[in-house]
Amino acid sequence: MSTVIFRAIAPYLTALMVLFSIFVLLRGHNNPGGGFIGGLIAASAFAIYGIAYGVPPVRRAMRFHPMQLAAFGLVLAALAGVPSLLVSVPYLTGLWTYPTLFGVELALSTPLVFDIGVYCVVVGTISSIALSLEERER
Amino acid sequence: MEGPLALLVGCFFAASVYLMLSDSLIRILIGVVVLSNAVNLLIFVAGRIVKEVPPIIPLGAQIPPIETANPLPQALILTAIVISFSFFAFLLVLVFRTYQALGTDKTDEMHLAEPQGEPIPPRGY
Amino acid sequence: MAVSEKTVDLSQAMVTAPVAPADALIIAPIIITLFFGGLLLMTRKRAAWQVPMGLFALVLLLAACAGLLARVLTAGPVSVTMGSWLPPFGISFTADALGASFAFVSSLVALAVGLFASRDIDGLGQRYGFFAFLLLMMCGICGAFLTGDIFNLYVWFEVMLIASFGLMVLGNTRTQLDGAVRYALLNLLGAAFFLAATGYLYGSLGTLNMADITERLRQPTDGLPLNTIAALFILGFGMKAAAFPLAFWLPASYHTPSPAAAAIFAGLLTKVGAYALLRTMVMVMPAAHAVYADFLTWIAIGTMLLGSLGALAESDLRRLFGYVVISGIGIIFAGLALGSAGGLSGAIVYALHSMLVMTGLYLAAGIAARLGGSQQLRELGGLYGASPLLAGLTLLLILSAAALPPFSGFWAKIVVVEAAMVGGRWWLAGIVLVTGLFTALAAGRAFAHAFWRGGPVGTPDGAEKSVPGKLAAADLPLLLGPLGFLTMLTLLIGLYPQPVLRLAEIGAAGLLDPIPYVRAVFGAAP
Repeated sequence: MSTVIFRAIAPYLTALMVLFSIFVLLRGHNNPGGGFIGGLIAASAFAIYGIAYGVPPVRRAMRFHPMQLAAFGLVLAALAGVPSLLVSVPYLTGLWTYPTLFGVELALSTPLVFDIGVYCVVVGTISSIALSLEERER
Repeated sequence: MEGPLALLVGCFFAASVYLMLSDSLIRILIGVVVLSNAVNLLIFVAGRIVKEVPPIIPLGAQIPPIETANPLPQALILTAIVISFSFFAFLLVLVFRTYQALGTDKTDEMHLAEPQGEPIPPRGY
Repeated sequence: MAVSEKTVDLSQAMVTAPVAPADALIIAPIIITLFFGGLLLMTRKRAAWQVPMGLFALVLLLAACAGLLARVLTAGPVSVTMGSWLPPFGISFTADALGASFAFVSSLVALAVGLFASRDIDGLGQRYGFFAFLLLMMCGICGAFLTGDIFNLYVWFEVMLIASFGLMVLGNTRTQLDGAVRYALLNLLGAAFFLAATGYLYGSLGTLNMADITERLRQPTDGLPLNTIAALFILGFGMKAAAFPLAFWLPASYHTPSPAAAAIFAGLLTKVGAYALLRTMVMVMPAAHAVYADFLTWIAIGTMLLGSLGALAESDLRRLFGYVVISGIGIIFAGLALGSAGGLSGAIVYALHSMLVMTGLYLAAGIAARLGGSQQLRELGGLYGASPLLAGLTLLLILSAAALPPFSGFWAKIVVVEAAMVGGRWWLAGIVLVTGLFTALAAGRAFAHAFWRGGPVGTPDGAEKSVPGKLAAADLPLLLGPLGFLTMLTLLIGLYPQPVLRLAEIGAAGLLDPIPYVRAVFGAAP
């Protein structure tokens, strides 16, 4: 699989896919997209990088073990609903705030935090499985 | 449209039962995957099939103005797909590890957890 | 127009009433287990953190479940719908006396197992996440007990399953892999049937909220495939609960994982299946329960016979206790099949008793196997000499499992037998008692062989053979602590059964008369 063309293009492809996955994650609330599909795109980006250059470089690039990333996502998703409890509405009720940054209104919300958690869980689990299967192949 | 899809669900179930009756772990695994797809399709058909109009209510209205697709079965199926996908990934690794450790993928040859020919339990001291 | 200026009238789609802080307790078990489970998985390389953090989370979980139970007992069923969406559309969490008491006893058992594991699981097991998986499994179990939405119940089942897979293969031995394949494939199959039933239910009624379904099925329903749905529920949950023709995966797999993991499996997982059957068959679909009452009776008889005869025919200590678990499930099914207030409260008391005692039995068998160097009755012996305290506690647990007074099992069985007699099914009562005798024989024989006699087969009578102890003497008291705790609880319930019986009566009444449950979800006028 690791031909010259593939190895030359893989870093750009990976960077582009990770960037696109974040874009998909952020547009997810009102448009097609979201944490799950974004996470899948990012995980496949890491898998492509792993096919081209082998698994150790991917693990080095990710810095944390994929399962740790997934666990972080789990914690984030669990915590995303807690602010709603503090204002006496049911768990996971969406809370919104609209700060203005550089003249642009930003819509920040607890569902976004939850979605980022889902993103991390999906990236973590899928790339953990994909990387361990790629490792066995060699 | 429901009729042919219901038949398809039946075919999926039949194929999965056939595969799961095999003695090869990989076939059983594929049978489980086909079974979960059969169930997903069943939920999809059970949710009624209507025109592909996105279920979005315009601003100011309380109900959708025209008949829209039912989003709930799709949400259910999406959840079920995610779950069955992760189970499949786990089972794939588990079956592979089992194959490596036991040296076989035939269920008839796996006797570690359920040893064969055990003597009858002691009846006295 | 800026985003924040778009306002929509949401009062028709969302709950606007504030949630009382005490009602928020219903979600606390989920948050605690998810948060700490994730945190432990994140920090799994730091072996020193695992035990204190895991135990802290289990104590918090116990406190949350106790608070929830107290709240339910004082204020009736509690319901909160996640995300503020109006009930049939949002996912409701609804706790009644049944769910809250099951969650409470589960968290008690989990804490005992956690204490046991803090001494028993070696550093490797902790690093690979015993406590993380234990907490995530408790998340699934508590979620299943507390949810009020049938699809959500499926999701919690799967959370519980995948975490239990992790616990099962923690040691990574060949036997564990073999057992895990059996366990995983068959449980997955059961979950698929459950999901199919959920799909049919949604297709028939267009709703998944249990209170909503309960309400609708109390009105005339013509032409709905309710009996098919109920059959699929019995199939799926029966598989999970290890009921008669579908029970063989349990003795094939529960003896393979580490003692702590096996104990929590034996104590809790089958009871989740039994709980789901109680909830769906009795509360949600009473008409289908009437149709299947005789069928469930036969399943109960088959399960009791399979469990007790299997235990008699088994020579492996932990597999033998697996069959004892199955015969207990048969008694729960007998209560379920009776369907009367007495039968249901008997099933509930037995399930609560069984959570405590089966966990204790598996912990004892785990210690015995470590101490004696084998799980085979032939090769064991002389454990009484090695640890009189362990032998004594095991004997008490066996007596409780055999339903002798003064232990909790006695009262559980009395309630079921009495309900069977009242219902005119004296033969069912007879089978409960006869299979109880078989179970007592099998477990008593196991005690006589593994603990009481001087040594393995061939040791002359009266001769003490030294036990090849693999356990450090200093570890033993710490391992016996949780075991003693569980034994004390079953003895305490046996001596003072009134609160538990009352709790079970409230739970059974809630199943038979779901109006308070439905009101809790939809408000005063549904």
